[in-house]
Amino acid sequence: MSDRQTKHKTADQEPVISVRGLVNRFGDNVVHDNLNLDVLPGEILGIVGGSGSGKSVLLRSIVGLKRPDEGRVEVFGQALDSLDSQQRSQMERRFGVLFQRGALFSSLNLQENIALPLIEHARLSRSDAEYLARVKLSLVGLPASAALQSPESLSGGMVKRAALARALALDPDVLFLDEPTAGLDPISAAAFDELLVTLRDALRFSVFLVTHDLDTLYSSCDRVAVISQKRVLAAGTLDEIAATQDDWVQAYFHGPRGRAAQQAASTHHLQE
Amino acid sequence: MSTQWVDYQEGELAIEGEWTLAHYSQLKAAIASLPAQAGQVHEVNLENLRAIDTAGAALLVELLGAERVGDVHAWAPSLSAERQALLARVAQAMSMSLAPKPVSESWWHAMLAMLGQQVEALWHQQLQLMGFTGLVVATFARILWHPRRWRITAIVAHIQQSGFNAVPIVALLTFMVGAVVAFLGATVLRNFGATIYTIDLVAFSFLREFGVLLAAILLAGRTASAFTAQLGSMKANEEIDALRTQGLDPIELLVLPRVMAMLITLPLLTFVGMLSGLAGGAMVASLSLDIALSQFIGTLERDIAVTHFLLGLSKAPVFAFVIALIGCLEGFKVKGSAQSVGEHTTSSVVQSIFMVILLDALAALFFMEMGW
Repeated sequence: MSDRQTKHKTADQEPVISVRGLVNRFGDNVVHDNLNLDVLPGEILGIVGGSGSGKSVLLRSIVGLKRPDEGRVEVFGQALDSLDSQQRSQMERRFGVLFQRGALFSSLNLQENIALPLIEHARLSRSDAEYLARVKLSLVGLPASAALQSPESLSGGMVKRAALARALALDPDVLFLDEPTAGLDPISAAAFDELLVTLRDALRFSVFLVTHDLDTLYSSCDRVAVISQKRVLAAGTLDEIAATQDDWVQAYFHGPRGRAAQQAASTHHLQE
Repeated sequence: MSTQWVDYQEGELAIEGEWTLAHYSQLKAAIASLPAQAGQVHEVNLENLRAIDTAGAALLVELLGAERVGDVHAWAPSLSAERQALLARVAQAMSMSLAPKPVSESWWHAMLAMLGQQVEALWHQQLQLMGFTGLVVATFARILWHPRRWRITAIVAHIQQSGFNAVPIVALLTFMVGAVVAFLGATVLRNFGATIYTIDLVAFSFLREFGVLLAAILLAGRTASAFTAQLGSMKANEEIDALRTQGLDPIELLVLPRVMAMLITLPLLTFVGMLSGLAGGAMVASLSLDIALSQFIGTLERDIAVTHFLLGLSKAPVFAFVIALIGCLEGFKVKGSAQSVGEHTTSSVVQSIFMVILLDALAALFFMEMGW
């Protein structure tokens, strides 16, 4: 709990990511309309919203995979599209992205997957890079024997862990996770949440976490932003959000699943 | 001794500066230059450590040992909680064995093994192709009496994609080859004063061989690859499993329409290929050999029996069947990755072109023996 309280002090720090007036549309379909959002240093920000509310599109807009139709996305105080390609590549090195389905390179084995950015960006020798890659694999809880396996031979949970190891390869300042616990069994999902918090505490990165998993929200997020009606409906601590007077938010947090997750989280904290 | 990152004095080791990925190689060099017993030193001082990430932590663990770094809170209580957590976490990760099992084999052993694997794979491939052929024929026989299950729409769509859309390329290619054959014939036959036989050369070669062969090779490149890629990505996306669990037969729904479309398409394209090959020959004949178009057509009518046309055309359905089967079978062999889709697409094109040429050679032998 003490850790959570220290988090609140970060509120007056410069945000690492600031999104202002973001508009995204696909044809006539407006996904985001004047969306504003801040991600603060060292926090785990959970992004929730109904299916199709544009959570993944928001992630893609921030990391520069989709050019916003209007508005401004600033990362570490700079807009990505104002940078030249070299500065942009420098900036992108400070991101780690975990895609929904892992997106591990299928022609490389796991240790090569993770060694690739180390060789390309940090200019390590192949043996050093592969050694560090194995450290990262072990860090996310994968056995040494997995290092030489190809991504297609892995289970869903192992793919998520390996993808996390790759996202962490360059020790990023911001980690973007797109539904990291989707498709995992509850035990693996809980282990993943715990791993995320431990690594965040150790490495001090910020996390932009798109999720549907209420347990993840309660166990690991410092703040939550609700995306609804094409903008950020509310952003704040879980208690603040749960108190928001909005039908969707109420249904989300006070439905049977929401209550169960809340209960589980509070008994967990009492035990601590 | 002292560097920017480590300072080693008798009995004390000071870790200083930024232990991060950016300085990995310098750090490694600095550690390597330490005397061997530096890691076992009694006192380790982390007070001047300005920054550390997982790469730096890994090096530190290597230097001091996982057990010692794991107890960092005991000997460096003044270190910030986050760094203690990081070091402890990396030490824990590295206390497990990191080295994957070494795979070492002598080169001749590996080469023999590879040869064996290739032969076995080839054998299995032929077995699979035969099995698949049987399956498709059996499915065809089953739905033959149920016109409702013929999937006319799908067949027509595939005819358009693989046949109609391929007409321009087939026509252009055979036209050019026709012209080339005519030139070649003219060059050789001029020495014997027999340029008029250029007509026979073009007609024989296109009616019996080139019309069907060129059309089949083009479709093998164009359509077999498309079939493999389509079915392969469906397989990768578990769509084929989804069909099966709904009690639907992927052979009936996906393979038969493609095979039927090819069986209709390739004979038609062969006909187009023959005509435009003859047209190419006729153009060269009239432009550079002074053989008028009417004379060209007259000679064709008088000298060339219709048997040659029929022999050429009879090969088209066989080629079509083989190309479609190989394309579909390779698609079904795809395993869940983009890489695998690519590999099988390549394999399907290579196999179908190989089979087309092999069958054509066998057919030529057979026709010759029969005196046709």
